[in-house]
Amino acid sequence: MNAQLRTPIKIARGLGSAKTGAHHFMVQRITAIALLGLGVWFVWIVLSMLHMDYAAARSLIAQPLNAVLMLAFIVALFWHAQLGLQVIIEDYVHAHGLELGLQITVKFLCFLGAAASVLAVIRIALATAPLGS
Amino acid sequence: MPDTARPLSPHLTIYRWQIQMMTSIVHRGTGIFLALGSALVVWGLFALASGPDAFASVRAFCESWIGLILLLGWTWSLAFHLLNGVRHLLQDIGLGYEPRQFVRNGWLVTIGSFVLTALVWAAALAQRGGA
Repeated sequence: MNAQLRTPIKIARGLGSAKTGAHHFMVQRITAIALLGLGVWFVWIVLSMLHMDYAAARSLIAQPLNAVLMLAFIVALFWHAQLGLQVIIEDYVHAHGLELGLQITVKFLCFLGAAASVLAVIRIALATAPLGS
Repeated sequence: MPDTARPLSPHLTIYRWQIQMMTSIVHRGTGIFLALGSALVVWGLFALASGPDAFASVRAFCESWIGLILLLGWTWSLAFHLLNGVRHLLQDIGLGYEPRQFVRNGWLVTIGSFVLTALVWAAALAQRGGA
């Protein structure tokens, strides 16, 4: 086929692996910026819970501000983790089947972790009394 | 192993050791380790939602030897990943690319991660009354 009959964009399109890389890059950085603040807050919360009894620890997380920040922390954490692990798998796992399997497993686990944590925070924030006591 | 046999860039063994490669490798390593640690976050929140017994078993795990070692590892991993992450964000806006700055910032991050870890554990131990 004579390449002259094709426009340059027709020849270039589809080459290389850039698909939605810019979006991935941006979300990874935005969640990183969020986790700077939320990560420090999380460490502070854990430190203040260290020697609380169950009821005090639960009511600390149940406070509206803490519950909202914990939700934000969970979403940013699992989103950032999925994006980061995705890049590591892309870089080091070169067998297509294994790579696909790992990518899907990581995505599922990160979503399940986030969903389970969000449910837990909602239970803590909305229940008036500890459910298990 | 690889599905395609393409030429590769020179591998690790050909390079002289330098701080830049250490921070890059450790950033990824700590990232994987922190991702594993998110399981403890899920478990802790679930226990907190479930009741005192579940919360007590999380606390027992955290106070066991294996728990303490893992928590120390996660503290340092978070400190390193956080500080090195700041370094990467600053590089993303074009700062710190002079070789001397690059090397200096790598060491700042590395030393800073140990300082931060020590501060967090000092705060934790201070609450116990120095025990």
